[in-house]
Amino acid sequence: MALNTSAAPHLRTKDSTRKVMIDVLIALMPAVIVSSVVYGLKALIVMLSCMVGAELFELFIMKVLRNKKNFRPDFSAAVTGLLLGMNVSIAVQWWQILIGVIFAIGVGKHVFGGLGQNMFNPALVGRVFMIISFPTAMTTWLKPGVTDLVTTATPLAIAKESYGTAVNFSQLMANNNINYMDLFLGKISGSMGEISAAALLIGFIYLVVRGRIKINIPVFYVGTVVIFSSIMYFINNSYGTPLFHVLTGGLIIGALFMATDMVTSPMTFKGQMIYGIGLGVITMVIRYIGSYPEGVSFAILIMNAFVPLIDIWAKPKIYGTVKKEAKI
Amino acid sequence: MAFLSFKGGVHPPERKNFSEKESIKQLPLPEKVYMYLSNHIGAPAKLIVEPGQKVKTGQKIAEANGFISANLHSPVTGQVTEVVKMLNAASGKNDDVVIITREADDDWELVKHNSDYTEFKPEEISEIIKEAGIVGLGGAMFPAHVKLSIPKDKKAEVLVINAAECEPYLTIDHRMMLEKTDEILKGIEIIKYALGIKNAKVGIENNKPDAIKLMKEKASKYPQTEILELKTKYPQGAEKQLITAVTGKEVPSGKLPIDIGAVVFNVSTVYAVYDAVINGKPLVERGITITGEAVKNPGNFWYRIGTTVDDLLSLSGVKTENPEKVLYGGPMMGIPLPKTELPTFKGNNGLTFFSSESNKDRETMPCIRCSYCVMSCPIHLQPYLLKRFVDQRNYDEAVNNGILDCIECGSCSYGCPSNIDLAKTFKTGKKVIRAMKQRRV
Repeated sequence: MALNTSAAPHLRTKDSTRKVMIDVLIALMPAVIVSSVVYGLKALIVMLSCMVGAELFELFIMKVLRNKKNFRPDFSAAVTGLLLGMNVSIAVQWWQILIGVIFAIGVGKHVFGGLGQNMFNPALVGRVFMIISFPTAMTTWLKPGVTDLVTTATPLAIAKESYGTAVNFSQLMANNNINYMDLFLGKISGSMGEISAAALLIGFIYLVVRGRIKINIPVFYVGTVVIFSSIMYFINNSYGTPLFHVLTGGLIIGALFMATDMVTSPMTFKGQMIYGIGLGVITMVIRYIGSYPEGVSFAILIMNAFVPLIDIWAKPKIYGTVKKEAKI
Repeated sequence: MAFLSFKGGVHPPERKNFSEKESIKQLPLPEKVYMYLSNHIGAPAKLIVEPGQKVKTGQKIAEANGFISANLHSPVTGQVTEVVKMLNAASGKNDDVVIITREADDDWELVKHNSDYTEFKPEEISEIIKEAGIVGLGGAMFPAHVKLSIPKDKKAEVLVINAAECEPYLTIDHRMMLEKTDEILKGIEIIKYALGIKNAKVGIENNKPDAIKLMKEKASKYPQTEILELKTKYPQGAEKQLITAVTGKEVPSGKLPIDIGAVVFNVSTVYAVYDAVINGKPLVERGITITGEAVKNPGNFWYRIGTTVDDLLSLSGVKTENPEKVLYGGPMMGIPLPKTELPTFKGNNGLTFFSSESNKDRETMPCIRCSYCVMSCPIHLQPYLLKRFVDQRNYDEAVNNGILDCIECGSCSYGCPSNIDLAKTFKTGKKVIRAMKQRRV
């Protein structure tokens, strides 16, 4: 009788990369549902087609272009596709999104070597590519819950007009019919999936319970945003309240689901702390003085580029050693 | 109350309930035993008997060959049949094995002993332990007398007793503490006496509350033996992690526990010391847990070292059902056996039978940098990075990043969602690096 002699450990977790990806998809569903309620069935169709389309395109790349005949879908492309769909405005045309998805999967991911190899978050690579290619469509926002034709500005764009002026911020919010409850629940204009902080939080809690997420990153990211915006708020209240900055724009979806992308974030606690703080600072700098009202996508891509350096610098101290200088 | 612990580690399913309630059963004597001359870490022992020679139980059959080596004794009374080469699953090499056929019931040949150990000088106790061929019974099989001979420039301060038994499935140390409590506590006194120190700390994982309670009760007689509860976490019983958990100190990289004044013994080894010093018995028998999903009636047994796995099953009456994988030891660090005709050796604290390979259907995928391996490494290495260096044969960088500090506990491989064989890579990588170093010298 021949016995199996494969290597220790002989007990392994039942987890798999596929299960991790499926859990992320499940975690995004509450936000998808809220978005479909706010923006209608079209939003649901767009987001789900992004998800399916990305997976199909990856299948094509793997089976045909890279000739990996026994590739089985791992759903990481579906996560990328869905996140991209959630991060664009409902005003974007279907063919524009299609190009974005192809760019995200093709250039954002497979040019680097596929799963686990990409330096930058592929969904954001796709999104930034779309911002550059289709600037008008990507910055046209529709008023939630009304007909398709009413365009509006996002709360961040409204607030940006008056940063550093003598405008009273709470007055500004009242004038523009912005209240925190709407911001929290998602009755605001913005990208399809980013609007409801509440729905995103539900999904995030699911991931935390399932142990699927680098929880330190959102803590430090959001924490930095809160501290930074509090300081600015006390300097001049037209810079907006910390709560406003946390609940608007892509911060919640970015901090909870994009910055925590396992492949493109640091591996150690210290690294994740540096990464989170860096994200917060860059986001707020772009929001306050950049040419765009929102800076989450850029902040994440910029910090992605630093991850290899952060990983070298933030090495854990090996048991029984004295901390050595980081070497590159 | 916060339990003592270390940073990192994993929580594999414990599955100790299979056998933790089964008391240790004495097995009948085997008809034949197979003794590896390499029944310990270090140089193989030198054979001092010839085929055809009659031997008694406990008679020395091979002698320690060098400082790090250990004596070997006959586990039965009978005749030396032959010396053959047999596969040693631990090293993967063919090693010399002495086969002894039993001809009669035990006729013991004992080593020097005295029921009052204080009659001996501390050095004499160390000598008895060496004579009795005692090695670390937790699995490492490091000769015990070497730990007792403290280098001149170092000083022993605390005796750490490893009773964590963090390896899933295994319960023999747990049963030993319940059934041989007095002997173990006395054994601790003997070792302290031999080392000339006062303090001992016994670390037990808190999944063994009955053992903790009993040990605490009985240890009240010995005020300088502390029973400490450890958090149940793998690898809590790894030497360095245990020392950190009970003393709060780290063993410097590349150094030994004695460098920070610690001497570590496993509970089963402590019992062997007691048995040798008080009863004069050389190390020829010990306890073992036979368990696993493929075992119908798991249990704990007291057996003669050198019995083959097949004979152990028939002597103990343990029934197995189509095992697909059989391990020396437990599931985390156990050594898989290619066949069950192989003998046991001094370090065998368990045999685990799996009915199916737990990893069979899992596909190996690219690393997604989930950081699980980094967070779980008890040595705080970055397994994902080391794996990359070893794969690239960039051994210098692997060494710079601490691969030689890896204790091969397998925590990283256990939790990897992409099913990457990290620990296995480090094991082979370390072998290559050591071989390269030797060539350079």
